[in-house]
Amino acid sequence: MTTRSARRTRRTLQAAGASAAALLALSACSSSDDSASSGSPASTSASAKPSGTVTVFAAASLKESFTALGKEFEETNPGTKVTFSFGGSDSLAASITGGAPADVFASASPKTMKIVTDAKDAAGTPATFVRNQLEIATLPGNPDRIASLKDLTKSGLKVVLCDKEVPCGAAAQKTLDASGLKLTPVSYEQDVKSALTKVELKEADAAVVYRTDVKAAGDKVEGVEFPESAEAVNDYPIVLLKDAPNADAAKAFIELVRSAEGRQVLTGAGFLQP
Amino acid sequence: MTGPGRSGAAADTLTGGPRPGRVRRRRASVPVPLLVPALVGLVFLLLPLLALLVRTPWRSLPEQLTSPEVWQALRLSLFCATAATAVSLVLGVPLAWLLARAEFPGRGLVRALVTLPLVLPPVVGGVALLLALGRNGVVGQWLDSWFGVTLPFTTAGVVVAEAFVAMPFLVITVEGTLRAADPRYEEAAMTLGASRFTAFRRVTLPLVAPGVAAGAVLAWARALGEFGATITFAGNFPGRTQTMPLAVYLALQSDPAAAIALSLVLLAVSIAVLAGLRDRWMTAS
Repeated sequence: MTTRSARRTRRTLQAAGASAAALLALSACSSSDDSASSGSPASTSASAKPSGTVTVFAAASLKESFTALGKEFEETNPGTKVTFSFGGSDSLAASITGGAPADVFASASPKTMKIVTDAKDAAGTPATFVRNQLEIATLPGNPDRIASLKDLTKSGLKVVLCDKEVPCGAAAQKTLDASGLKLTPVSYEQDVKSALTKVELKEADAAVVYRTDVKAAGDKVEGVEFPESAEAVNDYPIVLLKDAPNADAAKAFIELVRSAEGRQVLTGAGFLQP
Repeated sequence: MTGPGRSGAAADTLTGGPRPGRVRRRRASVPVPLLVPALVGLVFLLLPLLALLVRTPWRSLPEQLTSPEVWQALRLSLFCATAATAVSLVLGVPLAWLLARAEFPGRGLVRALVTLPLVLPPVVGGVALLLALGRNGVVGQWLDSWFGVTLPFTTAGVVVAEAFVAMPFLVITVEGTLRAADPRYEEAAMTLGASRFTAFRRVTLPLVAPGVAAGAVLAWARALGEFGATITFAGNFPGRTQTMPLAVYLALQSDPAAAIALSLVLLAVSIAVLAGLRDRWMTAS
């Protein structure tokens, strides 16, 4: 009897959980219309002691450095918690304009930030806090002796690029165009991490990715810098969101990111200062 | 002590007499506790598709659809899905037969493993394929060094990825049909002198043909929509590995209107195939 009732309870709970999830999904989709009007009280009471949870939506390339900064923030501000959602800037921007409850958005390109500002979901003007430059990722030891962007056009070499639709691909195309090179990759990958993965798994000989990605991959790949990368340096803007549930703590977190300490963590990960 | 009871039950099913409890089937009105969730479920499943139709940029649609990129992706999608279905048929039907008819230890485990790609996130499937058949993979490195064959970034790679994800649908469907089919026809064929393979070819296969067709349609439709394993294993290059789902995903990053148009094509093709074939084959089994 006990097992049966326990099972029944569990089933009810499961059903409740499933319907709650469905409701959440539905409300997340529908709230885009009323988010402009129903704005939660984004209190601007100056410099109260930050507390509570800060939800940060950040580009996937910021994962390592922002995780470290989040820990630091929690330590210096007891009672706070920083939760992250890392992902492609485009999909993060889409969730924010779709009404996702976030406090801070850090994007990998001004173009994706513009999606959020155009939808009037940002509080204030986004600030560029770091820049990222492209680098060639090759197999460890650089067996194909790749020394320049031009070397990637050698026949027989399997090169992957990011798709032109995503920021790293747009940047790569810009450098190729600027240097008048024609490069036919074996694949246009959907994001920078999957391009890098193809090299880590030795399926491709080289990929054009960000410096920070090469650094994060450790000794699984070798980085080759190339001067043309200066043609397409990516700006990373950060902004406080208008409907931020915890605006005060969010502001404090953005301050930390832009502080000397934050700068040190970010440059340590391979980012450039703006 | 279970022996007699089980054989008795089996005899009952075999005689197929009318079951007393089910004779009087009253046509009752649909109870509300069933009707309401059923309708909500229906709306839930159809609403996104409806939204796609509502938001389709109909005016620019002809222009979107006649662009060479779209045709290229659609052609590649249709070709690869068909090739993956062919691979699934050649390998999957014998596998289904093995699971349904042959007795061997660990059959339950094999069946569970065969259905694994059904529940596996397709991206995981793609990673697994890379580790197995990639240029540096467990088997792939030998393919490369002995035959100079590498599957990633090739059209063949797309077919492999799609077959990996779609074949379980065929195997499950055919196995189910085989289990439902009466093995006594095969036994009769064998007592008349047919070998087991001849019995399979001349008796079993025609018997389960509707199930095979249903499985093939399911596998084809699944292959057509396959995204995760394809982009992970085969990459994305227009004309070579960029199928419709990949084109939709990447178009969505910059040109939502194009993505909607592409989705519409995929939706239309899928509905046409499922509607055209499903009724005919599914009910026959």
